[in-house]
Amino acid sequence: MERSGGFRIEAQEKGCRIALFGDFDFLALQKFEKRSNALGLDERTVIDCKNVDRLDTIAALFLVELQHKHSLTLANTEKIERTLELARKYPIKELPSKDEGGFIAKIGKEASKKFCFVVAFLNFIGELFVKKVSVFFKPKYFRYKEILFEINQSAIKALGIVALTSFLVGVVIAYQSAVQLKLYGANIFIVDMLGISILRELAPMITAIVIAGRSGSAYTAEIGAMKITEELDAMRTMGFDPFYYLVIPRIVALVVTLPILIFVADISGVLGGMLISNTQLNISFGLFIDRFNEVIALKHFLIGIFKGPFFAFLIATIAIYRGFMVKDDTQSIGKNTTKSVVESIFAVIVCDALFSVIFTNLGV
Amino acid sequence: MDVIRVENVKTVFGKKVVHDGLFLSVKEREIYGLLGPSGCGKTTLMREMVMLEPIHSGSIYVLGENVAKISEKKAQKLRESWGVLFQFGALFSSLNIAENIARPLVEYTTLSKKTIEEVVAFKLQLVGLKPSDAYLYPSQISGGMKKKAGLARALAMDPKLLFLDEPTSGLDPISAREFDRLILQLRELLGLTIVMVSHDIRSIKDTMDRFAIIDNKKIAYEGDYAGIANAKSDFIDTFFKEENEQ
Ligand SMILES: Nc1ncnc2c1ncn2[C@@H]1O[C@H](COP(=O)(O)OP(=O)(O)O)[C@@H](O)[C@H]1O
Ligand SMILES: [Mg+2]
Repeated sequence: MERSGGFRIEAQEKGCRIALFGDFDFLALQKFEKRSNALGLDERTVIDCKNVDRLDTIAALFLVELQHKHSLTLANTEKIERTLELARKYPIKELPSKDEGGFIAKIGKEASKKFCFVVAFLNFIGELFVKKVSVFFKPKYFRYKEILFEINQSAIKALGIVALTSFLVGVVIAYQSAVQLKLYGANIFIVDMLGISILRELAPMITAIVIAGRSGSAYTAEIGAMKITEELDAMRTMGFDPFYYLVIPRIVALVVTLPILIFVADISGVLGGMLISNTQLNISFGLFIDRFNEVIALKHFLIGIFKGPFFAFLIATIAIYRGFMVKDDTQSIGKNTTKSVVESIFAVIVCDALFSVIFTNLGV
Repeated sequence: MDVIRVENVKTVFGKKVVHDGLFLSVKEREIYGLLGPSGCGKTTLMREMVMLEPIHSGSIYVLGENVAKISEKKAQKLRESWGVLFQFGALFSSLNIAENIARPLVEYTTLSKKTIEEVVAFKLQLVGLKPSDAYLYPSQISGGMKKKAGLARALAMDPKLLFLDEPTSGLDPISAREFDRLILQLRELLGLTIVMVSHDIRSIKDTMDRFAIIDNKKIAYEGDYAGIANAKSDFIDTFFKEENEQ
């Protein structure tokens, strides 16, 4: 085993003398580097490496640099000299400075990046539209197997979580309103309240948010990873258009299944509310259902379901587009997945607000 | 002292047996080869040595420590004392080449930024990259350059033990011969011990002191190049025949 490395400062009359010894590697160098700044090295300094058993290239580079800067003397054995020789071998001692451009250049770059982003998105939507249309004329491009796989993956497996979330939201809303309604003795109106708010607004929204967080993020990450590992390029060269194999099946799967998921969310949300009405307001299940029949018009349910395909299209398109935007490094998968979820939830809310305005104006 | 000792190692993936009782030992300052047909488990054995893959049975000692029963503290110390080059480079994709090489130095030493930058510039040139390549990202360079950058990162701390998985595959012949010279030089100057997987017959002949050939789940041969004539295995016959006929 080699001795661990170190140094001794032996001051002498003319200049100082530093003796290095042992296995002089980066660990020993760390300490030496800190001391060397304070030593006042000059051309009379002698660094004695005769007792060094092994000099690593990091330390060798440092010594060569010191010698160059202060023109001090290195006393060496032949082997150490050869290590130093290796350290001297390459003339370029520094990395070229990074050219980042000025402030104006940065603004320009950023602006052009944003512009390209918008163009790319339009491009994507355009291509999607064209391919979608062409699928109807070329049924062989309609990938049933992929669609069914995606339906299972992104919808059927999400049934549980959608139902549970919606159930809990039903419970929470009923609980909070129960207190207020009790004050006025308006217990029975909880049915109207729950029915309309859950069927029309809450169930579609909750489903969309859960699916954006669960399946949308998965779309982005899957396609992003495929892009990094060049799987998409491989598909293209083999003539498998990723639009037919990856994009359309995912969009179709979500568009078909989101209404079904909303339906499930309707049921479990109302169930949650019904349970609380029973325990907190003493409304029996029979009474709840009778009242529900009476006051909740079918249109509320239909409007909720009607929103499904629109939300699904937004979530799937944004998620897949974000997947295609992944570039080169693994961090970009994370960044795009985050963006995909945030943007798709935002888009869903905007879309919902638009629907509200439209339906109100239409009087439904 | 043996730097690495592999004793009766068995490796199993599901039902598939990859190694069935491997024995080998790597001596200090040796350039040791792991050879064998594709899929015979060279990469897997190397992954077991660096504690990335659990060992089904048997034991592996690296620098005197049994890697299967090692404490986390000792394991961390081991990890700081070796360098690993992966078969496909395994560079950090969100860092550029210079940052990839500087990473271990920044993490494990308190050296000044200037010194680290000097080291990075040196290691880049040492493995045959240009300093102007420093700011390229892994996605912007060729497979061979990735190999070189991966080697530079493995060499960043001048480790005493180096694991190289197919270091010359994907390199042009000139770079490959430069690589051979480089590892011989580093071994001599820095007292490196190197374990490497290679299919490059020139590299095997010129650099390796000894090597093990894994074939059919066992070690078919362990020894130096001269002794290969006495060994019998389909792989050995085919692989070394051409070379010996010349
Ligand atoms: N994670 C894994 N799961 C299942 N089998 C594996 C795994 N990793 C490797 N293998 C199998 O082990 C064998 C050895 O692989 P590898 O060590 O990569 O071969 P090589 O000698 O070409 O480097 C191969 O047959 C491979 O299929
Ligand atoms: Mg391999």
